[in-house]
Amino acid sequence: MKRLSIAEALREAMREEMLRDERVFLIGEDIGIPQGFGGAFTVTLGLSDEFGHERVVDTPISEKAIVGAAVGAAMMGMRPIADVQYSDFLFCAADEIINQAAKMTYMSGGTVKVPMVLRAPVGATNRGAQHAQSPEGFFMHVPGWKVAVPATAYDAKGLLKTAVRDEGPVLIFEHKRLYGKGGRKEAGGLDLTSGIPDEDYCIPFGQAVVRREGADLTIVATLLMMHRSLAAADLLAQEGINIEVIDPRTLVPFDNETMLASVAKTGKLLIVEEDNLTGGWGAEVAARVADSGFDLLDAPIKRLASYDVPMPFAPVLENFVVPSVDRIIELARAMVKGKV
Amino acid sequence: MISPSTPPGLLLRMYRDMIRIRKFEEKVYLLFLEGKVLGTIHQYQGQEAVAVGVCSALRRNDCITSTHRPHGHCIAKGVPLDSMMAELFAKSTGCCKAKGGSMHMGDISVGAVPAIAIVAGGVTLAAGMGLAYKLQRSDRVVACFFGDGAVNEGAFHEGANLAAIKKLPVVFICENNFYAASTPMQLTTPVGIAERAAAYGIPGVVVDGNDVAAVYQATVTAVARARRGEGPTLIECQTYRTVGHSRGDAGTYRPKEEVELWKQRDPIERLRRSLIADGAAENEIAAIEAEADREIETAVAFAESSLPPQPEDALLHVYGEGVTP
Repeated sequence: MKRLSIAEALREAMREEMLRDERVFLIGEDIGIPQGFGGAFTVTLGLSDEFGHERVVDTPISEKAIVGAAVGAAMMGMRPIADVQYSDFLFCAADEIINQAAKMTYMSGGTVKVPMVLRAPVGATNRGAQHAQSPEGFFMHVPGWKVAVPATAYDAKGLLKTAVRDEGPVLIFEHKRLYGKGGRKEAGGLDLTSGIPDEDYCIPFGQAVVRREGADLTIVATLLMMHRSLAAADLLAQEGINIEVIDPRTLVPFDNETMLASVAKTGKLLIVEEDNLTGGWGAEVAARVADSGFDLLDAPIKRLASYDVPMPFAPVLENFVVPSVDRIIELARAMVKGKV
Repeated sequence: MISPSTPPGLLLRMYRDMIRIRKFEEKVYLLFLEGKVLGTIHQYQGQEAVAVGVCSALRRNDCITSTHRPHGHCIAKGVPLDSMMAELFAKSTGCCKAKGGSMHMGDISVGAVPAIAIVAGGVTLAAGMGLAYKLQRSDRVVACFFGDGAVNEGAFHEGANLAAIKKLPVVFICENNFYAASTPMQLTTPVGIAERAAAYGIPGVVVDGNDVAAVYQATVTAVARARRGEGPTLIECQTYRTVGHSRGDAGTYRPKEEVELWKQRDPIERLRRSLIADGAAENEIAAIEAEADREIETAVAFAESSLPPQPEDALLHVYGEGVTP
């Protein structure tokens, strides 16, 4: 057992999968340049030294080609791990992601498989609107993709390994403020580590984790918002309010059962997400609970999300837009006290 | 009239496949008018020499990527007509189990990736397929078909550039039929298509796309270069679709004289005249044509007698094996 950050855990997962399976290779921008960055957030640092530039493929700035090449290589029996430097750039490759990767298996009647992983950093970090988005909801909408959202190093390693071994395309959204040590320094970043077992492990998709137990209110949150929700729950505990915090870990497939069991206990659900409110993943989750858990609820489902604006640059603006610990506390408290 | 130095036996085989494509397409058009073939169709009449010339230079385990106009590519690569016709009839025995239809026709077991109907969509995928072959230390190659309209898509640039810089075993086949749907090339493309190869530092060649032997020879050269690890080639095959862009397109935007001129350059007629001039017997050619007719009749009967998919089959094949949401 050792302790690793998310950046270190992702790097170790890729390294181990490349050692385990020669079909696994990395493709992206700035990922293996000698004396370079190791990807925009240093996650691939050192891997080209160990595996060479044939298996750590540095590309031109061509997101369509990165994703398209990953699709083509996967169809031919490889296991590419592609990455884009910021999740906002996924939209450059929208066709390859949505029309090619997601539909190929279906269009072929199941005869062609696309076992690829696509990594994408999310989250607002004072970089302005085009390096800030949390677009998980867009891709959760596309049948064919599975979507993982690891909030801890333990999950990052185990979910990435499951993704590499899956027979279809998997998107992994990583939060820039959660990479931790061995990653790129981020203002406002959390420096968290997890105990990582020495032996190989995978985390099955579709299994949420109850991060904290409580009887008064259920919060469902991912990535940075999950950590902010835990911080809020700690502070509310001092007031005698007990919050249950659920981390879905994957949005597709989504663990409805764990969430509904929690709502059955608390009767109240708050969804906290960094994406802007309208059409985010939280809307889908709220709809599912309204559909199959209506009788469990004793209050309306609430969503706390970023406001419906592009992400601004100034810290004072960004902090206003993205849900803060204080805002989570305020809304959670009001819900528990029956005031909303 | 037909480029020399292609073995006569091979030319006869190419004639056979071109005839199979022509007759298949003519039959599909009639079936479409009868309402038996559903959806839309983009047909290949007039361009047969391109698909057949290219695919004759490939091995069975080499792959192709195709387009919204895929019937000819599929036939040339060896997809059985039975399963193609069944796909068009939306039957469960179709090559894509009725999930694909005309525009996604393919059969990976013969190297035909399901056709990609987003213009230029196959270009980046072909680069990735070539990357896979390179990493696998295989000498397989991929031939990537696209039309003249595709070269103005961003995906063309990104895929061609990546394939070039990584020296990937890809042969880019531009079927230049001079019209992107109804829009003539002179309104969209200021530089000759093959000339664009210079921008990527790869060979670019123009061939008469209605001369099957010329297409074949150019592809043989490009494939050999790709197998040697020297990277991609862009082959611009100048050709013409003698039918509309898609169902119901009468092609009114094209001058009558132009259409007539190209009909006189019909690739099948040209090859037939050449074969006969080289001593092929009329009855041998007639036998090839009769056999194609029989094969198509059989395919139609197979498609008609096949069962449609179960409605619930719509829920299958969304994800690869493994975790299902």
